[in-house]
Amino acid sequence: MPVSFANSKLIYETLKECDIRLVSTLPETWLVHLIRMTDEDPEMTLVRLAKEEEAVGISAGAYFAGVKSAMLMQNHGFLASINGIVSFAHLYKIPLLMLISYRGSLGERDPWQTQGGNVTEPVLRALRIPYFFLDSIDSVKKRIREAQILAESSLQPVAILLTRDLMWEE
Amino acid sequence: MLRLDCLRSVYSELEDYLVVTIMGAVAAELQSLGHRPNFFYLQHAMGLASSTGLGLALCLPNQRVIVFDGDGSLLMNLGSLSTMARYRPRNLTHVVFDNESLLSVGGFPTATSAGTDLEGIARSAGIPRVVTVRDVENFRSAVCEASQRNELTTIVAKVIATGPSGYVTDLSLLENRFQFRRFIQSLTQH
Repeated sequence: MPVSFANSKLIYETLKECDIRLVSTLPETWLVHLIRMTDEDPEMTLVRLAKEEEAVGISAGAYFAGVKSAMLMQNHGFLASINGIVSFAHLYKIPLLMLISYRGSLGERDPWQTQGGNVTEPVLRALRIPYFFLDSIDSVKKRIREAQILAESSLQPVAILLTRDLMWEE
Repeated sequence: MLRLDCLRSVYSELEDYLVVTIMGAVAAELQSLGHRPNFFYLQHAMGLASSTGLGLALCLPNQRVIVFDGDGSLLMNLGSLSTMARYRPRNLTHVVFDNESLLSVGGFPTATSAGTDLEGIARSAGIPRVVTVRDVENFRSAVCEASQRNELTTIVAKVIATGPSGYVTDLSLLENRFQFRRFIQSLTQH
C-alpha cells in the first residue's frame, strides 16, 4: 500500500510532541499507518468511532478534562461532522485539532472521492475554519504545532489538510 | 413518571458526578433544581451529549460521569452506543429519558412511540448493563446501582412527555462552559 510510512511517522511523532494523548478516528486508506501507530502506543487513547461527528463530543469531553486530543478523519468525515462543529465547537468555543485527509483533489483516481474534494475548502471557508496544508515534510512539525497553538488561543476548530503529496507514494 | 421527579430524586448525589445533559427540557429542569458548577448543558448538537460523556469518562477514569440523554437525541447518534460499548468506561452512567417525543420542538412522536426499543438497541450494541425503569424509586436505585457496580450502564427512563413552559435560562452557554472546565481543573489540580 503506497501510503507513506515515513511521513505518517513524522506526523505521529509531532502529535506526541504536541502532547496529544487522545485520537478519535474512523479509518481511511491514507490514515492506516497513523491509526496503527496510535493503537500500538500505550501512552495514547485511540477511540474508534462509528461516525466522525462523535469525535466533536469526545474531543470536547477531553478538552474539559484537560487532555489534548486530535481528530483524524477523511474530508467526507469532516463533512459528516458539520453540525457538531457548528452547534458545539463553535457555539461553545471548543478548540479542535482536525487532521483531515484531502481526498478527491488533484491526482485522485477514485471517482467516489471527487465531489467531496470539490467542496472541502469552500465548506471550510464558509464555516470560517482556519485551514492549512501539509504538503511537504519540511513543514509538518511547524504547521501541526502552529495549528494546535491557534486552536487553543482562539478556542475554535482548526483544520490541517493532509495532501496526496505528503501521504501517498507512487 | 415525571423527568423532573427523577432529577430531583438524584439531585443530591449529582454533587459527586460530572453531569452532561442534552438541550431543552432536561437542561431547563435540572437548572430549575439549582445549577451547580459540575453541570454542563449541551444546548444544541443533538446526539453528542453521550459522546461528550464518553470523552470525559475516558480521560478522567477516577471521576464518575453521568449523561442525561433523551430518546430524540440518542436516535440521532445511535452509533454512540456502539462506541461507548466498545470502550465501556466503568465510571460512566448513561441515562436516557424516553418520552417518545421531540418535546422541545412541538411534541412530534419519535420512533420509540412506534415500537423502537432503546433498551434492546443498547443491549445489542454491547452496553454491559441496561435497565428500563418506570417509577422514581426504581430510577433512583438504578442510578445508585450503576455507581456501586462500577459498570457502564444505560438506564432507559420512561417519562411523560411534559416539560417546562420555556427552555431559555439566565445561564449563558459560554459561562456554563468556562465554569465547567474550571471546575474540572480544580478537581484535577488537587
